[in-house]
Amino acid sequence: MNNKPPGEDLDNIVQMSQSNMGSSDWSDMLASLSESADKRVYAKLFHHFAPKVKAYIIRLGVNGGAAEEVTQEVMLSVWRKAHMYHQEKAAASTWIFRLARNQSIDWMRKQKYPQYSLEEWSDTAAEPGKGEQEVLSDRVAKAISLLPEKQSQVIYMSYFEGRSHGDIASRLDIPLGSVKSRIRLASEKLKQIWGGEYEH
Amino acid sequence: MNINHHLDEATLVSYSAGALSQGMALVVATHISICDQCRQLAEANDALGGALLESLESETVADTMLANLLAQLDDTPQEVATLAPVKPDPEIPAPLSDYIEGSLDQLEWKSIVPGVAYYDMPWEGRGVSRLLRIAPGKSMLAHTHDGNELTMVLRGSFSDEVGRFCRGDVADLDDQIEHQPLVDSDEDCICLIATDAPLRFTTLFGKLVQPITGF
Repeated sequence: MNNKPPGEDLDNIVQMSQSNMGSSDWSDMLASLSESADKRVYAKLFHHFAPKVKAYIIRLGVNGGAAEEVTQEVMLSVWRKAHMYHQEKAAASTWIFRLARNQSIDWMRKQKYPQYSLEEWSDTAAEPGKGEQEVLSDRVAKAISLLPEKQSQVIYMSYFEGRSHGDIASRLDIPLGSVKSRIRLASEKLKQIWGGEYEH
Repeated sequence: MNINHHLDEATLVSYSAGALSQGMALVVATHISICDQCRQLAEANDALGGALLESLESETVADTMLANLLAQLDDTPQEVATLAPVKPDPEIPAPLSDYIEGSLDQLEWKSIVPGVAYYDMPWEGRGVSRLLRIAPGKSMLAHTHDGNELTMVLRGSFSDEVGRFCRGDVADLDDQIEHQPLVDSDEDCICLIATDAPLRFTTLFGKLVQPITGF
């Protein structure tokens, strides 16, 4: 990381490469953003997450210029809400996923997706491998590829297309109960793989 | 809080995926806000969402976006985390309190039949999203579902073919179940309910009142 003061060289910030980032640095960086309000840190987070946030938003069904607009809103809220990020409670990718999900839904439905308060969370550590989330995401992606296609399909249709159980049932022409049991099985297997990896 | 009936994992996955209707998501968020067990599962499912986000192939964003944002940052204050606002009514969990003014007793309840009243949530969509208030000893009409039905108890209790449900408990049912909840508390039972498809009443009376009640 270079040591130029914030905002001195926008071009450099914009061009900054993330290729030498360590795997678990994103959560550290997001946590430090709330302390330092450092634009260089923000730019790095932007380079890594904005293109993925946009990809996610498009998959959910926000298209064209709106996808760009919502991505920009999500990335602005990363700055605004950085103070509310608690590294010990969630990985950066989890936290940014929530922002992207909520803002996409808000945009599509013109209504706020009902949420439970993140500030009131108890101290129970629930998310496995938080500090290693970036390594974990490779594992999860790999783990999903190991699932039977019928199970990975319902996970993708849920997370990437935002489809309800009923919608998935009619698209795949299978009973509602089968959709739910496939989701349950997939979730159980992913958490087993996840938990197993976490112990190593 | 002693909670005995929880959300189905398939429902929790859909919530994290952003795939639930407003009404269903409201029941889930309301339950999670007072149930540690389901909250932990929801956090893990959000983490799965985060991992899936990371696994996506990047989309090109406009060159100007970062410059636009950087130019805005100085004028965009970072929000300070505040303590959760004091809930005006401890009977109403935080996610639900966004949509309710005052206490449950102050709502403008609409009567369906004697002993059964409802209050609709302020949005439209497939299925229903409402509070239901049923007097002691009364029963919800026997019904089954084409889709999912979530029922969370806020006050009182009821029993059905599945078991007994008290404050905080959630009944997460689908089209495999036909049931007829009976209120077995001394006070009215107030539930937050949501369905993602219309109910199918299994009695002639139920079928007759369905057009009136909007279920």
